[in-house]
Amino acid sequence: MTVVFGIFLLTLLLITAVAIVRTKNLFVAVMLMGIASLLIAANFFLLDAADVALTEAAVGAGISTVLFLGTLALTTERERAPTSRKILSFAVVSAAALVVIYATFDKPRFGSPDAPTQTHVAPWYLDKTREFIDIPNVVTAVLGSFRGYDTLGEVFVVFAAGIGVLFLLAGAPGGGKRPAPPGSDVGLSRHLIPRVVGRLLIPFILLFGLYVQFHGEYGPGGGFQAGAIVAAAIVLYALLEGEEKALQVIPRRVLLGLSAGGAILYGGVGVAGMLLGGNFLDYSVLADDPVKGQQTGILLIEAGVGLTVTGVLLSIFHAFAARGRQA
Amino acid sequence: MNALTAHLPALQVIVPMLMAPFVVLLRARNLPWVAATATSLLAFSIAVRLTMIVTDGKPVSYRMGSWAPPYGIELQVDALSALVLLVVTGASSLALIGGRESLAKVISADREPYFFAAWLLALAGMAGIVVSADAFNIFVFMEISSLASYVLVAGGPDRRALPATFKYLIMGTIGATFYLIGVGLIYMMTGTLNLADMELRVHEVADQKPILAAAGFITVGLALKAAIFPLHVWLPNAYTYAPHVVTAFLAACATKVALYVLLRFDFFVFQQNLIGHEFQFAAYLMPLAILGILIGSAVAMFERNIKRMLAFSSVAQIGYMMLGASFVTATGLTAATLHMFNHALAKGGLFLAIAAIAIVTAGCRLSDIAGLARRMPWTFAALVVAGLSLIGVPGTAGFVSKWYLIDAALELETGGAALVALILVSSLMAVVYVWRIVEAACFGEPAERRAASVPPALAIVLWAAAIANLGFGIAPGLPLSLSATAADILLGHVQ
Amino acid sequence: MNILGIYYYWVFAILLMIGFYVVIAKLNLIKKLIGLSLFQAAVFLLYITMGNVEGASAPIYGFGAETFSNPLPQVLILTAIVVGISTTALGLGIVVRIKEEYDSVEEHEIQEMDRR
Repeated sequence: MTVVFGIFLLTLLLITAVAIVRTKNLFVAVMLMGIASLLIAANFFLLDAADVALTEAAVGAGISTVLFLGTLALTTERERAPTSRKILSFAVVSAAALVVIYATFDKPRFGSPDAPTQTHVAPWYLDKTREFIDIPNVVTAVLGSFRGYDTLGEVFVVFAAGIGVLFLLAGAPGGGKRPAPPGSDVGLSRHLIPRVVGRLLIPFILLFGLYVQFHGEYGPGGGFQAGAIVAAAIVLYALLEGEEKALQVIPRRVLLGLSAGGAILYGGVGVAGMLLGGNFLDYSVLADDPVKGQQTGILLIEAGVGLTVTGVLLSIFHAFAARGRQA
Repeated sequence: MNALTAHLPALQVIVPMLMAPFVVLLRARNLPWVAATATSLLAFSIAVRLTMIVTDGKPVSYRMGSWAPPYGIELQVDALSALVLLVVTGASSLALIGGRESLAKVISADREPYFFAAWLLALAGMAGIVVSADAFNIFVFMEISSLASYVLVAGGPDRRALPATFKYLIMGTIGATFYLIGVGLIYMMTGTLNLADMELRVHEVADQKPILAAAGFITVGLALKAAIFPLHVWLPNAYTYAPHVVTAFLAACATKVALYVLLRFDFFVFQQNLIGHEFQFAAYLMPLAILGILIGSAVAMFERNIKRMLAFSSVAQIGYMMLGASFVTATGLTAATLHMFNHALAKGGLFLAIAAIAIVTAGCRLSDIAGLARRMPWTFAALVVAGLSLIGVPGTAGFVSKWYLIDAALELETGGAALVALILVSSLMAVVYVWRIVEAACFGEPAERRAASVPPALAIVLWAAAIANLGFGIAPGLPLSLSATAADILLGHVQ
Repeated sequence: MNILGIYYYWVFAILLMIGFYVVIAKLNLIKKLIGLSLFQAAVFLLYITMGNVEGASAPIYGFGAETFSNPLPQVLILTAIVVGISTTALGLGIVVRIKEEYDSVEEHEIQEMDRR
């Protein structure tokens, strides 16, 4: 049954990808990209990767689509250019394809429990998580502690993108501070149904975000997904009530503070480990009992991730929206 | 080792990285610059301290979160990484100290906090790549440094900086994704991400096809990031339209960091293990190195924009480093790593000189600097010193690495003489393009100029770079011993 | 099960190629970024596929499962997804600025304008 379902999803994915290449309408391409992301997320779920599925759905189908649509609103929806360098591109792509296909031979059988990936490092994580960290979700344990340094890096990648967009879009013409002309920025508030449904939904989305944030140790979820969901709730609020009102609730300075504060919180937990006699990002020294310390550390860094992601995503959204008002 | 010393490999990365969010919150004019400069100097002193520890050839390692490798992420600093760390932190510090006025002209006050935070993230990202001993961790820090570099390049005053940045972003992401595919394929066959562990375990599966494919993907991906010919197309525009001081910083270290990772993978992980890989490394990369040297130099000879000229010269210089590495001998690798250091000195010095010139002139074309040498003799004297080092004139740092490169070429059984001829010809080409700058500056008719003068800090760092070019030419002891140790470490994995 | 495995790998390969083709052959900057997302998504699929174990469940204790799929590729891809969206966001920011400065998001038109 899984086989049939998997093949069906994958085939649908390929069809979607081909459609993305062929369409000249960028709006359609963005929407198809969202569908492709959802299909990929469904595949991840079939492959027992619940955390990744949740993230791919929130990011690929959610945030990515919002950002692309924001860009389309500021630029154009039609792709004018003809495809160029067809032969060269095709040659390069085929060369890469040949290498990929070459690698198919000798690769371990799919799903085999004896593959090198399943026998070398992974069993240790599955084994030791209970002993050292004692939380049910092994993905969270690896993400937060065993490879916590990667996750710190990931937070700083998000942060770098945030300051990058602010650097590009905040300063230049008009400074983004020009007040909106009255009546032009009321979002969807004139439409009754989105307004009512949206208002009802926002508290639940926020609640779900907080659940994902704090339940990440027990089930799929964590700071990144939670940050994305909370940001989505506030973006929805901005769409319904107008961007100005959303900025009154959470001003730009606060968003910047959130972005920086989350990164500082994460780094601070690491430094605290250092000061208490461990290595950087060693949480076991944070409490008398090393296991308790690990759990505290993971809780704090997940909070840091959530803060930075929420702050950065909303900053980027407002930066795009402010451009739209000037244009 | 006392407690603080033991933490140095981690501090090298986290000091600049954790300062970045603080810098974003600083609002007073110039304060972000002060904070960034102080942090960069601190990072430089950490690099110096680390270098002193590893000169005897014994690497220092650090366990992130106290988890033992291969389960946790390990950091490792040896002579090769110390050399690159010195280049990265040193270039960042010099560029920041000298760059305040030059940057203030193009970055408005309200955008300053973002810009300097991005600078620190670029620095932290590059340092993170260099100290990391974990294949996936290298990817994460590669992306930090890349994203931050895109921001820095986009800060250029000309609107052409934007398409240049976009191209840089696309090619950089393709490179990083290729690298990720390669790492994934190795992981599929070995089950590990730690480089040392990978080396051991690749040994058992070396003849299998995914590993060869992985070697291909990783090499191409990193070659894109390192701007190895013909994958250099993003580099000229990015260097030309970035703010001058940013060009000085990135030209000195950005491509070298990618080259460093390439050397690590090719020598530590693949070299010993892939049957016939030694042959492949030389066979595939040597022709590209030679073409890069010739074409880069040739384009530079005919270019009218000085920054673009020097950018193409960088393509040629990366070719020299690849050439040395493709010999797979102790002398060749010494020459390659030493040239990373010396080229950073020469190119960094040249771009700092351009930053100084740009304070006075309208643009960076040869016609813009006509007759300028009479007005700014000291700046041009420093430019000439750095230019001589780029050519490889005896008495300058550039000479030492070219000497080793020629020496290494002569050690080869076949084709050595031809390679020596190539190096000499391309050096003559360098004479031509450096001469074109000098000619324009000395003999042209001076045009109307702004009544500005070079800020003292910039003059000082410019001359510091020029004197370093002379100093390391006469007494190349430190970089040479580091390079020799680095070559030994790299080759130690071949036998 | 193995048919599915081979099919997964081939879908990875084809998706990778489609994304890569869009990135290099299309001249519209937004389309290039869409292609880049597709290109990266293919790599995510590669990693997650190799972490799968027959008959296992998601690596979370407490739901009665005995065997688990490999958590490590999942962690890596969580990070990679975030890195991917960050790159896309920055790229879109640059596209918006390019549109403001050049009034176009087509690569060949921008090159044409710069040549003048």
